[in-house]
Amino acid sequence: MSVLSSLARLRAASTGAAEPLATVRHCHLVDAPLVLVPLKLSGEAAAPLAVMLGAAPDDATLLVVPQPRNRDLRFAFAADLAKLVLNHIETSHGSVEELPPGKEGEERIRYGNAPQLLVPNRGGVAFLRLLGRSTRFRGTEGPYAVDPAVPVLGRWLTWFAERHDHPGSSLLHAMTELLRLHWATGQSSLEDGNLAALLGWIDPPDGLDGPSAAARAEDPVACPPAGPTTDPSFDNEVLAPAIAAYHESHGDPRALERLRAAVHGQVAPTWELMWRAVGVLRALPEGASVPGRWERDRDAFTYYHQTFGEAYPQARRDPPVRAARRLHDLERAQDAYDAQRAFDDPLVMAEHRLSGQAFGGLVTECEPDRLDETGKRPKLRPLLRIGTEDPVRLDPGTVVCNAARPALKGRIVEFDGGGVLLELTGGMGRRLTAEPGTVPGVGERVCFTSLSEGSWGAARFPDREDTPWTHGGPPAEYVPTDEDAEEDWS
Amino acid sequence: MTETAPDLDRLRGDAPPRNHDARTIAALTANPGCARRGLMDAAGVDKDAVARHLGFPAPFGQSQFAITRGNAFEAQVKADGCAELLTLLRERLGLDVAEVAYDDLEVVAGNEGRELRHTRTRRLLARALETGEGTLFDHPLLRLEIAGRLAYLEPDVIAFQVRGRLHVIEIKSFAVVDGQAEPEQVAAAARQSAVYVLALRRLAAELGHDPGRVSHEVFLVCPENFSNRPTATPLDVRPQLAVLERQLARLTRVDAILEALPGDLVFEPGDALAESVRAVEARYAPECMAGCEMALFCRDEARACGATGALGRSIRDDLGGVDTIATALALADGSLHPSDDLAETAAQLRAAARLRDEALLAARGGAA
Amino acid sequence: MTERHLVALPPERPRDPSEAATRVVEDVLADLDGAHRGVVVDSPPGAGKSTLVVRAAAHLAAAGERLMIVAQTNEQVDDLIDRIAGRHPEVTLGRLSASGYVPSERVLAHPAVRVAQKADDLAEHTVVIATGAKWATLAEGSWPWAIVDEAYQMRSDLLLRIAGRFERALFVGDPGQLDPFSTVEVERWAGLSWDPMRSAVSVLLAHNPELPVHRLPVSWRLPASAAPVVSDAFYPFTGFRAGTREGERRLEFQARGMGTTYDLALEEAAATGWALYELPARHTLRTDAEAVRATAALAVRLLQRGPVAHSEQGSAPVGADRVAIGAAHRDQVTAIRAALGPHGAGITVDTANRLQGREYDVTVVLHPLSGRRDATAFHLESGRLCVLASRHRHACVVVARAGIPELLDAHPSTEPVRLGVPVKFPDGWEANQSVLAHLARHRVQAD
Repeated sequence: MSVLSSLARLRAASTGAAEPLATVRHCHLVDAPLVLVPLKLSGEAAAPLAVMLGAAPDDATLLVVPQPRNRDLRFAFAADLAKLVLNHIETSHGSVEELPPGKEGEERIRYGNAPQLLVPNRGGVAFLRLLGRSTRFRGTEGPYAVDPAVPVLGRWLTWFAERHDHPGSSLLHAMTELLRLHWATGQSSLEDGNLAALLGWIDPPDGLDGPSAAARAEDPVACPPAGPTTDPSFDNEVLAPAIAAYHESHGDPRALERLRAAVHGQVAPTWELMWRAVGVLRALPEGASVPGRWERDRDAFTYYHQTFGEAYPQARRDPPVRAARRLHDLERAQDAYDAQRAFDDPLVMAEHRLSGQAFGGLVTECEPDRLDETGKRPKLRPLLRIGTEDPVRLDPGTVVCNAARPALKGRIVEFDGGGVLLELTGGMGRRLTAEPGTVPGVGERVCFTSLSEGSWGAARFPDREDTPWTHGGPPAEYVPTDEDAEEDWS
Repeated sequence: MTETAPDLDRLRGDAPPRNHDARTIAALTANPGCARRGLMDAAGVDKDAVARHLGFPAPFGQSQFAITRGNAFEAQVKADGCAELLTLLRERLGLDVAEVAYDDLEVVAGNEGRELRHTRTRRLLARALETGEGTLFDHPLLRLEIAGRLAYLEPDVIAFQVRGRLHVIEIKSFAVVDGQAEPEQVAAAARQSAVYVLALRRLAAELGHDPGRVSHEVFLVCPENFSNRPTATPLDVRPQLAVLERQLARLTRVDAILEALPGDLVFEPGDALAESVRAVEARYAPECMAGCEMALFCRDEARACGATGALGRSIRDDLGGVDTIATALALADGSLHPSDDLAETAAQLRAAARLRDEALLAARGGAA
Repeated sequence: MTERHLVALPPERPRDPSEAATRVVEDVLADLDGAHRGVVVDSPPGAGKSTLVVRAAAHLAAAGERLMIVAQTNEQVDDLIDRIAGRHPEVTLGRLSASGYVPSERVLAHPAVRVAQKADDLAEHTVVIATGAKWATLAEGSWPWAIVDEAYQMRSDLLLRIAGRFERALFVGDPGQLDPFSTVEVERWAGLSWDPMRSAVSVLLAHNPELPVHRLPVSWRLPASAAPVVSDAFYPFTGFRAGTREGERRLEFQARGMGTTYDLALEEAAATGWALYELPARHTLRTDAEAVRATAALAVRLLQRGPVAHSEQGSAPVGADRVAIGAAHRDQVTAIRAALGPHGAGITVDTANRLQGREYDVTVVLHPLSGRRDATAFHLESGRLCVLASRHRHACVVVARAGIPELLDAHPSTEPVRLGVPVKFPDGWEANQSVLAHLARHRVQAD
């Protein structure tokens, strides 16, 4: 949290309407995302109660486990869910793009599109992760056999949850996180965890303002929680009797219908909110580096989809090399994502200007033809003085780049009260005179920053079988066991 | 008992003191800077009833599914003289539990009196510490002095003796999946267990034994993965113990809070209740919503006076010394001339406002 | 701060600190000749870690072993080169570096040291030194021995990447300093014995519990006034003592004071080794101008007073290069640098992170909790305060606003707990209380 976003919160609190934290959309949105609103049974780790899902606002399917403690009913639910989700995955990859062959001449392709999953909140992501964990090891033969689609679903859900951890990925999003990335409300971040309250500040229902919409959202009767945990009074007063009635009726369709209706009442409002939120996000123009990140997502999807048949279910915990490699990938992605957001969005860059890692202002002096002739060969080193009121905290010698065109690089020579003197070092063409238009002229508004996109190189890791003695040596290769397949799910 | 007790008693009016349990005691460490909460807790005021009366009932309902699940799990672990539990301790934790005795201290010959039950707990634990007799002591009734008052603790735990040491075993129904559990739930369990460890240590000391014979290592018993099968995980509660001891020692500061209040202050239902509550300063932060019955009332109060703290601790800290939203915004737009104290905060806010407005304008295609 | 492991105490502790320290070093060297795959040495602040690294390197080189040394920063690499080349000119020394590296003066001072970008170019050198990051770029090559310096600051994922390059290793570091950190969510690995976020030593010992662990028992840097304070607060189970006796180190001023509160604080620090310069209680921004001004002014005033340090190494004036200012945040560092002005030229100003491993005669510290309304985990991290409070040979002046004890008392203790993660000692909250309790005895209030 910076003073800049704190100020946005203060303004929102005083006006009663959310304040923007972004001027562009920093996530990709596919045309038909798969929205899932899951509910689980209270007190259980991941016993599904229901999920409403679909890829269009008017195309919702509600799946309900009428007796969540019944193992067979749970697996029947998982199988139904699997069919819908897997069908969505299979129909979402679009055309196949042929890429130039890889280093060893192997064929490379990329799907033109990828499935995108949206859930209401972080709890929803955690639930999908656990549902994936509880289904991916299931056996499809033997005494505890489940529908073949169930373990496949488990692996895909696990994969989506892992992509969610990947900074900048848009394959699985929690709606509250997406909204919070783009708007500040006049309530605390804790209260922002409530989707209805958060959206109430951003896009309040008719006749309400932010605070009144948020107050309404906190009443579980008017606004059922967005899950996956249900409201305790609903559990005690509605759900428990309905489940009991179903149980006692030995599967009477009318009892089932009453139960489904009760659950429908709990998820339908969130379903509406999800699609309204999608609309609100879609209204923002897409940030310039969003397509690039989505391309990485499509690469990841293509790879997993192509190799699905050869791979085992994901291990319960990362072995040493996998853990280190994953941490590196995440840190690298985080670094790039932070920089890209700032380059794409002046409002995000403003945060860096306030913290002194970037500065903006008008060019006051410019020496575009200056040459550095101290070395063997002269080098083009234009000087630029930029007047700025920003609190610059960059030491002389720091390498910076132009926010509007990051290829244009320079080095800070000096900084005094009102201005920064920069020596430009690259991004002006290869000759001793700058390519036209590359060096900003006097009076031009510019912004330079020490952020950079590619500061993290790829890293080398040992192979799994070379895991060193310091880390316990090579771990046994993971092979799913019968025990995994038979794990209790009660 | 110390002299604070009568003064505190009058704060409740005619209402009986609310009993402390490990949860309420552990909660004393959750927001120790809050005078309102500290005073009400020390006096044994029923905060839940007060909040309801004020029109801000605490939203801490419990689902019957969760309760049923918790009870069923505990019953299963304890069935047949804790057979499953013993298997766990032996096999999972590799403890050498040779002879087994199980004493349930919940029922004392038909008489449920707390003093009597505590006496029995004392006797059995004294014997255990002296002779090593006994293995599992279920439902021990412990005592702990809170702000000069002896509080009885009805722990839903088992005191377990092995190798001359007592360990607390806490049974919880949240799942441990692949060795990991929700960190907040584990933290809550650790805080509660620390209360029991402390009470047991005080008891050991009273009995003339080394308090160190009550281990800081607690065994947490939870369902494993998605099953009902229990698993046991050792949990080191030393950090929680240190905090708890310090906060309990600090509770005597209640005297100072009390002294500054009107002599006729009372938290009794009636028209004056809200005023009485407001007379004691709260330190509201959004985190209060997770554990304090008074949170909704305090939030309303904080919002009504435009407190920056209602937006979160970090925001309040970001703003240096500015307590209200209106002041912060007036400093940001330059309409309020800052005192020397606030000059820097004002400069920072004005810079933030300028940068924000510039960026928003640029995005609208305003400024080139 | 990293979790602690038990260190077996030697059967009898020699009374003479020198003898005690020598004995530990001899034990370490003897272990290097033994059959252990790894040896760990915990070194509290200023306990002679670098000296040990130099000795161990020479010891292994003399035994004819090729050796790689892993340090964490280029600065540390250059320091070690200077020390080894200066003391053991007979050892052939190579420095492996990235392409952008410009050799520092300390390295250029030893023309025999070869700087190269490729390991092949250094194949003939007995000792090759590089940063961990550089070592991690190597795909092949193997050394019989490695010395890993600052091993507690090294993340275990980096160790994983370089451990294939050596067969056996000596790990040396200070367990009391700052823990490794990351910018991303790392909960996924909590509880794993190979959690990439744990320190190299922690993971090493989790998988190799039989390895010998030694502890250097004497701080040669910290004076008798500071060693017990730092030891009690930050090393509660693995204490150490000062190498010098009470009164053996003295700080004197050649110029008389003018009775200002700055002078009083400096005189208190000179007389007792500590001073707390306390500003009135107030919640402020991090870059609290008044506190920044006081911090800078104290350092400048110190130099103006013509300080002379008397110690077992003789007497010498304390110049700007022997004075450091420490703070928690980078923006504070920038503000203090700006406030120092020309009279403070040459004084080091840096964050705790960057001051790790450094040593000065006098330090001035802006307390991480000064002016805060709420303490965060960052502010409370015990390693941060430990680094700041253990850089000095003579005296440490802490600048803080009043009210930190109240802030600590009001701190909500709701940190999440992860199963299987060893408890860290000391708790930052307790360590802060302990240091403050000591500082309260050396308080000088600002006007």
